[in-house]
Amino acid sequence: MLTKEQAADIFDRIRKFSSADETEVLISGGRFALTRFANNTIHQNVEDENHTISVRTVFGGRTARASTNKFDDDSLRRVVESSQALAKVQHPDPDLLPMPDSTEAIGSADRSVRATQPPSRYFEQTAAITPQLRAQGVKKIVDVARKHELTTAGIFSSSESVEGIFNSRGLSDWHTQTQAEVSITMMGADSSGWQKANSPDMTNLDPLNLAEIAAKKALDSAHPAEIPAGKYTVILEPAAVLDIVGFMFWDYSGTALLDKRSFLSGRIGSQLFGENITIWDDVTHPLQTGSPFDGEGMRRLRLPLVKNGVVKRVVYARGTAARMKNSEYIDKVGRIEATGHGFALPNEVGEMPLNIVFAAAQNPQTLAQMIASTERGVLVTRLWYIREVDPYEKIVTGMTRDGTFLVENGQVRQGLRNFRFNQSLIHMLSGVEAMSVPVRSCGEESFDMVVPAMKVRDFNFTEVTKF
Amino acid sequence: MKEIASWALNVATMRGASYADARIVSQRSRALTTKNGKVGSASDAESTGMSVRVLADGAWGFAASEDLSRAGVEATAARAVEIARASAQVKQQDVRLAPEKPVTAEWATPHLIDPFSISVEQNIALLLNIDSELRAVAGITLAESNLNFNREEQWFVSSEGTDLHQTKYSAGAGYAAYAFADNEIQKRSYPNSFGGQWQNKGYELIDELKLVENARRIAEEAVALHKAGQCAEGTFDIILDSSQLGLQIHESIGHPIELDRVLGMEANFAGTSFLTIDKLRALRYGSELVNVVADARQEHGPGLGTFGFDDEGVPAQCTPIITSGLFTGYLSSRETAHTIGEKRSGGTLRAEGWNRLPMIRMTNISLLPGEKPLSLEQLIASTDHGILMQTNRSWSIDDRRYNFQFGCEIGWEIKHGKRVRMVKNPSYSGITTEFWNSLDAICSRDEWTLWGTPNCGKGQPQQVMGTGHGAAPSRFRGIKVGSAYKGS
Repeated sequence: MLTKEQAADIFDRIRKFSSADETEVLISGGRFALTRFANNTIHQNVEDENHTISVRTVFGGRTARASTNKFDDDSLRRVVESSQALAKVQHPDPDLLPMPDSTEAIGSADRSVRATQPPSRYFEQTAAITPQLRAQGVKKIVDVARKHELTTAGIFSSSESVEGIFNSRGLSDWHTQTQAEVSITMMGADSSGWQKANSPDMTNLDPLNLAEIAAKKALDSAHPAEIPAGKYTVILEPAAVLDIVGFMFWDYSGTALLDKRSFLSGRIGSQLFGENITIWDDVTHPLQTGSPFDGEGMRRLRLPLVKNGVVKRVVYARGTAARMKNSEYIDKVGRIEATGHGFALPNEVGEMPLNIVFAAAQNPQTLAQMIASTERGVLVTRLWYIREVDPYEKIVTGMTRDGTFLVENGQVRQGLRNFRFNQSLIHMLSGVEAMSVPVRSCGEESFDMVVPAMKVRDFNFTEVTKF
Repeated sequence: MKEIASWALNVATMRGASYADARIVSQRSRALTTKNGKVGSASDAESTGMSVRVLADGAWGFAASEDLSRAGVEATAARAVEIARASAQVKQQDVRLAPEKPVTAEWATPHLIDPFSISVEQNIALLLNIDSELRAVAGITLAESNLNFNREEQWFVSSEGTDLHQTKYSAGAGYAAYAFADNEIQKRSYPNSFGGQWQNKGYELIDELKLVENARRIAEEAVALHKAGQCAEGTFDIILDSSQLGLQIHESIGHPIELDRVLGMEANFAGTSFLTIDKLRALRYGSELVNVVADARQEHGPGLGTFGFDDEGVPAQCTPIITSGLFTGYLSSRETAHTIGEKRSGGTLRAEGWNRLPMIRMTNISLLPGEKPLSLEQLIASTDHGILMQTNRSWSIDDRRYNFQFGCEIGWEIKHGKRVRMVKNPSYSGITTEFWNSLDAICSRDEWTLWGTPNCGKGQPQQVMGTGHGAAPSRFRGIKVGSAYKGS
């Protein structure tokens, strides 16, 4: 894997080739391996190593980007020329700021919100995972499936990656990370169960336990019953929560507000959700992952996005913050500052919070307690194929999947056929009756978050499918 | 490049691989966007590398690297064999490949104008011209446009003697106009939503799309939607425009016919399929009018699923998927063909790039046009009461591909054969086979368009692939409309 010293050497060579006013280099890549299994067999098993160099040049307010995965002098010279040729024919952008230097990237007048260095997210033991070790892990999962007369499918992946930024104003930053991930589906004749987990540190993963939980869900949901669509109290496991709430975080962005495409337009400072909802963006949280700097090298702030149901803050790239301060919204959107959440420039979407952490409830409940207090409701393992139906009311549609259960008189009664939902996220987060302790969770519809399980009233199921 | 690939094959076979193939791929892309009168993004990207896929001890291994030095290539090939041997620790049976005659060939996307030969200035001027037209309409609060060009050159060699060199071009363009007012966001897109229209063509596609000519109308529709009534909830006859029908085909025919899904290989992520093998040549998928093919051949058109050979060296083919309503075929590969009694792969294995494993992907999955002349206006004229829905806004379907729900950007209520009013937020839902059996009219060839879907996700690690979908406006009887907005 590329080292910081090698990356710095690449940047030095690129600077020599560049005639631009300013030059920025983003470096990303690493080694990724994934063992995939289905029908109790490893059927795909892959590994790749790749690094990308992305060069942004600036000429008098005009900027563009070009990238390559070849680092010899000819390739680097060519990628610089491509970036420069693209930049020179752009129209000057009066809103384009000079690249940040290291002081701007790291410092802030307000130290109370300034991000500190996150804990190390690189673990040698994870980086050293071999194909043989992944195969042994899969074999144990398959053994669980066989023990329960089920069929299993899933993945066991491992990776080590780098992310770096260098610019001609002296800024440089570097992040390394490892990640191990296990996802398991257990299938019976007419039912299924699922579990997924990941961590930079493989010792935090327990594939056998995940396999047993997924198997139990498959067994318990056998012979699913059909109950009518309608409004139900639902208990959403953490993966289901993250998959559905993830669809609103693109809107916690200054650019989205300026573009009038955010459901938060006109709603900053208002009581949008229940008082029990508090949400942070916090790259330093011990259960979070990712690099502590953004696409311009700005260090990420720890921010309260929602406090007690009131939307407090959105995130800003540097340029977005400057534009917002000159806009009609200057007094309507809370505090405006570069928060370290910008994407690599140039781009049209601006920024987004990517390290979501739900605050713990005052009186968290376990999943078992939520079930025990439910007279009639639906327990949901995960959600699937979620898409936005209405961008301002934030109605999203999707399906339940891999373990949907009827809860009656405080007990899980039986498996159910899967539902389609059409649910406003505003209504959902205004109707949360109980939450568990937040945990690191991962799904397939959204990015990883630290989220609780939630018990939600009047969740809107509109149709039932055939299984 | 062939010599580099041969280093990989030699090492793989020396280390005991019973089969090996190597792909060297060089990709180039250009992406340009504008937003509200300014360039949003401007980027060029190049990526080159090699992958080696092997069978050893009856199991698959795959390794890829950017390093094309001899030492790097040989290490990658050795790693692929090592990975295959690890795979063999957890197998039920050896992988079997359907035979395929070795072939040596060159193939390239037919195109008139190399899109990379057009100056960036010209491209930006076009996008800013569109942007200006969109924002000339009062009420438009956000205008976005995009141009995308891709070139992919691939060398493929296999231990069976196949030696292929293919060069593919694709182009895409589109725009969207948003109107925010009174706590409501409405949007119209052209020629399609989520990136516009994409085909395997050169720059000539951009000229054919009449982008500027349609911009004012699209913006006016986005604003007018604010004054339109909400689409009613209930059971209606609906007419889908060809772009929405293209996505309907993608989701409710294209994915269920992927044989890897059917066999459970995608169960953990993309899901499985209701189309179990017992349904082949037994299930009435749609009405008698429904004829669907999976056609990767150039003669089908310049779809994103058009190629000379797939990524395991099998020539492009046309497979009948639905024949007069009867389910007749799957998308298959050399590994899976035998499971449906076929002696040869259907030629559908494709990879996103040099560092990804090829897997079964849709080619061009197209609903053939009606044989009798029928225009959209004639179809509307023959509809007593219904709703015409245009341009996708949201899409969702369950993991076995039964229950779906689609939302469209704009609808038109039809009464007594005439469009009587615009309606906003139209949506419809249903069960796949019930829906296709309700089809009672398809417009003819003049109304047929081969749409491109550039963003189809599948696999772990997820790969994004372009697929093609030919369709003409069609009518469906008695469809559930409006549950997306019911009680949410």
